[in-house]
Amino acid sequence: MRAYLSYFKLRFITHLQYRAAAWAGIATQVFFGFVYIMVYIAFYESGSASLPMELPQLITYIWLNQALLSLVNLFYKDQELFSLVKTGNIVYELARPKNLYFMWYFKIIGERLSKVVLRAIPFIIFLIFLPEPYKISLPASTGHFILFLSTMTAGTLLMTSIIALYPIITMHTLNEKGVVGIIISISDIFSGLVVPIPFFPKFLQTISKCMPFQYVSDLPFRIYVGNIGIEQGIEGLLIQLIWIIILMLLGYILMQKSLKKVVVQGG
Amino acid sequence: MSYIEVNHITKSFKVAKKKSGLKESFKSFFKRDYKIVEAVKDISFSIEKGEIVGYIGPNGAGKSTTIKILSGILTPDSGKCKVGKHTPWQDRKEYVKKIGVVFGQRSQLWWDIPAEDTFDLLKDIYDIPEERYLKTKEELVEKLNLKDIINVPVRQLSLGQRMRCEIAASLLHEPEILFLDEPTIGLDAISKQLVRDFIKRINKEKKTTIILTTHDMSDIDALAKRIILIGKGQVLYDGSLQKLKNNYANKKYISVNTKDAINIRTKGVLKKEKTKYGYSFIIDSKQLNISEFLNIISKKVQIEDVEIDNENLDNMIVNLYEDLKI
Repeated sequence: MRAYLSYFKLRFITHLQYRAAAWAGIATQVFFGFVYIMVYIAFYESGSASLPMELPQLITYIWLNQALLSLVNLFYKDQELFSLVKTGNIVYELARPKNLYFMWYFKIIGERLSKVVLRAIPFIIFLIFLPEPYKISLPASTGHFILFLSTMTAGTLLMTSIIALYPIITMHTLNEKGVVGIIISISDIFSGLVVPIPFFPKFLQTISKCMPFQYVSDLPFRIYVGNIGIEQGIEGLLIQLIWIIILMLLGYILMQKSLKKVVVQGG
Repeated sequence: MSYIEVNHITKSFKVAKKKSGLKESFKSFFKRDYKIVEAVKDISFSIEKGEIVGYIGPNGAGKSTTIKILSGILTPDSGKCKVGKHTPWQDRKEYVKKIGVVFGQRSQLWWDIPAEDTFDLLKDIYDIPEERYLKTKEELVEKLNLKDIINVPVRQLSLGQRMRCEIAASLLHEPEILFLDEPTIGLDAISKQLVRDFIKRINKEKKTTIILTTHDMSDIDALAKRIILIGKGQVLYDGSLQKLKNNYANKKYISVNTKDAINIRTKGVLKKEKTKYGYSFIIDSKQLNISEFLNIISKKVQIEDVEIDNENLDNMIVNLYEDLKI
């Protein structure tokens, strides 16, 4: 375990160095946050059908989304892991007395957490000082907040289980574009990062429930704003845990399989 | 029973074959042709504890593949291999604790941070106890002269400095066997010397078994008493370097400084060339020994100076490759 934490630590330290990238990220996310919110305000003011979320809830949802984007987005490709596979540097990882899947797992968490630590804290401070109606609201209740923290933690593990699959698939395809690209497009839509899940048509919501993606961030964000009640939230947490187990097993098995027929090209 | 036993190891790869050009590319989109490349076919050898073995062969001969099989990274198609009591690819996790690997063309150090941080990571990966780790690290830092470079981000190091750190990184857990895959590639003369001296020293002091692949014959000359030569996936020669030299070192390079013209047509003179100060000859010492040769020419001309060189190892290997048609 210490070795895996050490991987986490080293990745974390390495990526804390990239301050300029963090500031640029914050600026982009602030911009997108405002654009989304303005569009939704216009949409709400035209006030036609009944809407699945109240406006302040939605605004908070969008800000959480933007503030934590570097942690929860699923379109992230870990370039280092891909290049390990593509250039054959994986030989060094294979010469270590540890499990490759968990080494990668902790590398991914380490990098993603370092990114969000750099971005989220200044971002949230900024959000608190915004005027109405752009302001971020407090959690619906203490219970909601505790549940938000737990589902967020599980969501992070779920995100890592999904992202860890990308380089493993690349071990088969030798290119991260094709199959991984398709998974990324689907996951991006069904994670609720583009449009929150409650705004989906009913049949798409049903499809979405059968996939792991909405449990990464849509679930915790909606618990925070109170769009999902405590009971339903706990149910969601259980589903998260089941998905984490399924996806980790899948990744682990796929990796063991491909390691048996690993080919290291070029010297 | 030897420490490392390799018996009839075979490994082949399936490679997609595609001719160049648009039409062929389009065709291969629907139907792929595969070609089986036999990287290693039926290789056997054994190595004793504490030996330094040079593993040589031309590009694509299967050297790296063998190293990767021996270090547990690749699974061979057939054949047996025992190192100590382990089969490398079967109990990989246990086995790799006892070996160190350096792949000269790749890097195990983290690019953006100092080498020492990578060392700390390796300490945790190999579960090295704190005291032993500090002791080994100190020793390596001193022997490889790393004191000033271990705190600099790896990307700022020169190749020679980096390679020294790479070697140190592979030895932190005090492995019993060290695999060096082209450790001196791209290094300057001084760095090469340093690396070689170091390799010799750990072999002597810690009895580390060392398996070394290289294209640089001076590495082999400096380090290995025994060489295993492979070509096209098969062992072609396994034995002492000296014996190989004796077989192939019958060519002598003789340059004679003289102002006179030399006409010599004796059997055994393979080549004659006019140079700035006289002539240079290549003779076959089996057919014509050197004193005879000198005797003949000294009778005819006034010799100012003579220089005699042995065949160098590089040329010997070229001849050997040619003879074995690899």
